[in-house]
Amino acid sequence: MKIMVAVKRVVDYAVKIRVKPDKSGVETQNVKMSMNPFCEIALEEALRIKEAGLAKEVVAVSMGLANCVDTLRTSLAMGADRGIHVEAARELIPLTVAKILKKLVEVENPGLLILGKQAIDDDCNQTGQMIAGLLGWPQGTFASKVVLDKEKQVVTVDREVDGGLETLCLDLPAVITTDLRLNQPRYATLPNIMKAKSKPIKKYTPEELNVEIKSDLEVVQVTEPPKRKAGVILSSVDELIDKLRNEAHVI
Amino acid sequence: MEKLRATSNLRRSLKSLLNRRLSSGSDFTHFNQKRSFQTSFNWIRDYKSVGEVNAVQYRYFSSVSTLVQRNPSFSTLNSDDISYFKGLLGEKNVIQDEDRLETVNTDWMHKYKGSSKLLLQPRSTEEVSQILRYCNSRCLAVVPQAGNTGLVGGSVPVFDEVIVNVGSMNNIISFDKVSGILVCEAGCILENLISFLDNQGFVMPLDLGAKGSCQIGGNVSTNAGGLRLVRYGSLHGNVLGLEAVLANGDVLDMLGTLRKDNTGYDLKHLFIGSEGSLGIVTKVSILTPPKLSSVNLAFLACKDYSSCQKLLVEAKRKLGEILSAIEFLDDQAMVLVLHHLDGVRNPLPTSMHNFYVLIETIGSDDSFDREKLEAFLLSSMEGGLISDGVLAQDINQLSSFWRIREGVPEALMKAGAVYKYDLSLPVEKMYNLVNDMRVRLGNLAKVVGYGHLGDGNLHLNISAPQYDDAILEQIEPYVYEWTYKHRGSISAEHGLGLMKANKIYYSKTPETVQIMASIKTLLDPNGILNPYKVLPHSINP
Ligand SMILES: Cc1cc2nc3c(=O)[nH]c(=O)nc-3n(C[C@H](O)[C@H](O)[C@H](O)COP(=O)(O)OP(=O)(O)OC[C@H]3O[C@@H](n4cnc5c(N)ncnc54)[C@H](O)[C@@H]3O)c2cc1C
Repeated sequence: MKIMVAVKRVVDYAVKIRVKPDKSGVETQNVKMSMNPFCEIALEEALRIKEAGLAKEVVAVSMGLANCVDTLRTSLAMGADRGIHVEAARELIPLTVAKILKKLVEVENPGLLILGKQAIDDDCNQTGQMIAGLLGWPQGTFASKVVLDKEKQVVTVDREVDGGLETLCLDLPAVITTDLRLNQPRYATLPNIMKAKSKPIKKYTPEELNVEIKSDLEVVQVTEPPKRKAGVILSSVDELIDKLRNEAHVI
Repeated sequence: MEKLRATSNLRRSLKSLLNRRLSSGSDFTHFNQKRSFQTSFNWIRDYKSVGEVNAVQYRYFSSVSTLVQRNPSFSTLNSDDISYFKGLLGEKNVIQDEDRLETVNTDWMHKYKGSSKLLLQPRSTEEVSQILRYCNSRCLAVVPQAGNTGLVGGSVPVFDEVIVNVGSMNNIISFDKVSGILVCEAGCILENLISFLDNQGFVMPLDLGAKGSCQIGGNVSTNAGGLRLVRYGSLHGNVLGLEAVLANGDVLDMLGTLRKDNTGYDLKHLFIGSEGSLGIVTKVSILTPPKLSSVNLAFLACKDYSSCQKLLVEAKRKLGEILSAIEFLDDQAMVLVLHHLDGVRNPLPTSMHNFYVLIETIGSDDSFDREKLEAFLLSSMEGGLISDGVLAQDINQLSSFWRIREGVPEALMKAGAVYKYDLSLPVEKMYNLVNDMRVRLGNLAKVVGYGHLGDGNLHLNISAPQYDDAILEQIEPYVYEWTYKHRGSISAEHGLGLMKANKIYYSKTPETVQIMASIKTLLDPNGILNPYKVLPHSINP
């Protein structure tokens, strides 16, 4: 079986986000970009399944600007067998990503497609669900545990839901999106970085896959959340009561 | 609906989760919290009571018990003094509260403890000046204290010295984005300066594990080295000017912002590294380099010390312009960190290695830097200098590798009693001392070696369940003599403080020390500033 993993290049989660002065988006020039943490978890899970002898190959897919190749290199250094880069000059909305993935699934025929539950840049949380819909595959979203049964060709997924855990059993092929607690991704070791150098990355354009890139969304404005006001230290309880009553009007 | 709301806050919750997973990576730097989880040491202190407490015997810092006598020429505080200070600073900034005094009387290691009855928190240079003028006229001894993270007993009183902390003077006065020159008050916390500069696109030329608590005034006064010295050089180069208040209250304005100024003796250098013995630093002007966008960090394993050393030589040659830090720790240090610090993960878990080396590069072009670093690492691996390694792929990984190196002092603190030696030695001989000490101490204690490989700075730490004279006798004076024999320095970056005031001759000639004493007498004739520290007690005024 082959596992396909989608990995997205995003502004590193530890970077302080800055909005562009013209409010058209966030600043990405000279900003550290890394793999979306949820995608790292997705890749880690695929690698573990492969290491357990339940899959033969892990293919990482990334879409976007030319430097998505860096993210694919990271995937290969973590242990993916090969990469696919669909080059697109502009930002892709989840539906387009799902459509491109569908075409790649048709080419590659994976038994399992694993994605992060969302990307930390746009927080959409849509791609996994959309691709499952387009393919007509069962989906296990927000996975916190994944157990694959090769014999029965099913995968059992624990999902974190509000009241607790929900366990689903999905027939393969299936789509899984990963939650934070699923696993702890590995580091890229030097021997693996070395090996990654000779692993192939195949390139496609959306046209080659017959997917039209368009967006029916228009970003009107991106703004920073309002700044929290600094707190004040009061000198007495009386003063506190006074402020609560006359300024905050809560008592 | 629930679900939707839950996911919309994701970035934030993810961050906090990842942070938690990273564990105390940043908590660690907040020493206020740290205090609560420090192990308490049964630190050995005998009072010789001659009427009142006027002599303290520190048995643990020297093989021969050293008796420190309270200088009888110092006055003791009276109620008039307190009234004067309250009038000058306001009630709020004159602190006599027992609990707060307990904290400021005790050093970071819980090893040194004074019995000061008064903490003063001036808000301006003028107030510092008035305090010192008054103390000088009354012959009241003073200890300047900043973040109290010093490791040589320099920042806490020995007896009843008045503690002066300029922490309330924490304003940034100016920042010039063209030259990168920052002028600020001495009480600014290093980490705050780092984040201020980060927003401006610059970095502080120094960084160290104590950044969340230490103040720039404390850093300057100890001439702190830290993790990036190999790249940016020492504070003697980066501090362009400072303002200091002398013991008699005179304000020395040397707050220049010029890179070049050859007019007479450059007196600011006297205050850089003089550990509060010559004056209180109140303002600092410092040259800060621009922040470069590409940072890479490798965490590597080496089979022996000679490989670490060769790796250093190679790294300097092949990564020269982008190399920003090269640090090492030995297996003993690694074991302590993994055992004592929550949430730390071994980046190379398949087997334990004898040495771990961190190599960081900072540059302006990520793909160029990465390619260069990868090529260097791969060739070092092929050449057998590195036995294994990982390369950070994102900032989270980068912080967790740094956490291991920066967490060594904290892990040692949690492990029990620790004897710390901060030595400058020729790199090729540096680790022989650790091996020698292991032989000398046998089962008595664990010997841990780590430090700033790139600067030839070994942190030799001897960790034991508790302080014990038998251990100390094996360490001192042996360590000092060894260092002297190899023409090293007994204090690379922590200073002399109380711990090593009497050991200065191992690294400085009598003639040099004599000149230092004359300078001390000139600037502080009554010797009220940080007495018993830095200079040998035999010649302290
Ligand atoms: C976890 C940890 C890691 C560390 N890592 C490093 C490291 O990598 N490199 C390094 O060099 N050190 C290191 N140190 C030691 C210490 O943090 C530094 O020496 C630091 O610069 C001290 O700053 P502080 O503000 O805490 O000063 P304090 O400890 O309060 O004071 C240090 C000395 O300076 C004097 N002083 C303080 N403020 C003033 C002032 N305004 N005017 C005049 N004198 C003053 C004090 O009297 C005292 O003698 C480390 C310490 C810890 C706990």
